[in-house]
Amino acid sequence: MNYTKEHIFSILSEIPDPEIPVISIIELGVIRDIELINDSSIALKITPTYSGCPAMKQIEDDVRKKLSEHHFTQITIQTIFSPPWTTDWITAEAKEKLRLYGIAPPEHSTEDKSWLTGKTKSISCPRCKSQNTKLISQFGSTACKALYQCQDCLEPFDYFKCI
Amino acid sequence: MTTQEALFQYTLRLGDTNLILGQRLSEWTGHGPFLEEDLALTNIALDITGTAKSLIEYAASIEGKGKTEDDLAYFRNDRQYFNAQMTEQPNGDYARTIVRQAIMDCFDFYFYTELAKSKDETLAGIAQKSIKEVTYHLRHTSSWVERFGDGTEESHNKAQTALNELWQYTGELFEMNEVDAVLMNEGIAVDLNLVKTKWEKHMTELLEKSTLIKPENVFMQTGSRKGIHTEHLAYILAEMQALPRMFPDAKW
Repeated sequence: MNYTKEHIFSILSEIPDPEIPVISIIELGVIRDIELINDSSIALKITPTYSGCPAMKQIEDDVRKKLSEHHFTQITIQTIFSPPWTTDWITAEAKEKLRLYGIAPPEHSTEDKSWLTGKTKSISCPRCKSQNTKLISQFGSTACKALYQCQDCLEPFDYFKCI
Repeated sequence: MTTQEALFQYTLRLGDTNLILGQRLSEWTGHGPFLEEDLALTNIALDITGTAKSLIEYAASIEGKGKTEDDLAYFRNDRQYFNAQMTEQPNGDYARTIVRQAIMDCFDFYFYTELAKSKDETLAGIAQKSIKEVTYHLRHTSSWVERFGDGTEESHNKAQTALNELWQYTGELFEMNEVDAVLMNEGIAVDLNLVKTKWEKHMTELLEKSTLIKPENVFMQTGSRKGIHTEHLAYILAEMQALPRMFPDAKW
């Protein structure tokens, strides 16, 4: 069959992020470009969320597997670094999915640099929505997350850092 | 020296500095003073090692001998490594690790900000990526330097001792040789004098705020641009390279 780019995007959106399975790799925004060469050849550009993100290899393997199920035999995957991945690329829908999963989604655009000067917006607890939360550590369970605790319901939670 | 040779040397130097610092820092994994700090150091080590992978992979492609980043990381001896001597210094106590890391984070912050404007698209891309991560690292380690310096007498003394011992390795970070000259002509390499001015200003302010005394008139160690290292590097490599050297065909 003749695939279009839209078809490929929809096929790839069936692939969950290996570490946060409630969102797809398309929603995460790591697939930057798709070039359909012919019925059996395809070239993709992907970008890592973090330089050392251990999920990148897994994502690449999953993409290859998924595309070969759709009869692609020549799959080229190129890792690109520019423009660098940003949490601004996570869709609004995906942010809501993150929240329901218990991860506080990135709260502001990376254009807003106020957090650098300590004027961090308060992060709301993904469970009780309280704004009364406290930063425990800038570094959480994976490279992309920080660790917070809600001061009202006392639940510790992950916050997807804005980068 | 051709641009290609210089670019290979330059990229390898940056890659090695990240690789050895990442390897050193990852020694803390599972040994951090408390859980959150253990996670923080491990996260920082992961970012740095990730940057090392991107850089050394790129170096291998510039070299054009069909090698991979693993070949370059695992099958070179200490004299063939060009990481800054600062990065191979032992972790010591927590204050020492943090002081070393803050010095490097501050350097990286200004260095990658400049490198992001490089005419070499791959280096610029890696730098743009890295700067986002380094911003978090610097913020974290700076806050610890401040807490140690302005904390108890003991924490202050430990941070000051670390600073006094490590300062001799800071001069080398800004050394430039033929590699830099060739690449600066092409708009690829960063002018380290520029980075030095910004780094010094930032460090002076941080140390002042932390009530720590910036060491003056220190004899600066040198050598890593020529592959000369302190005695510590060979031990790091022995540990890091043991498995691939024992089983060169191992795949994982």
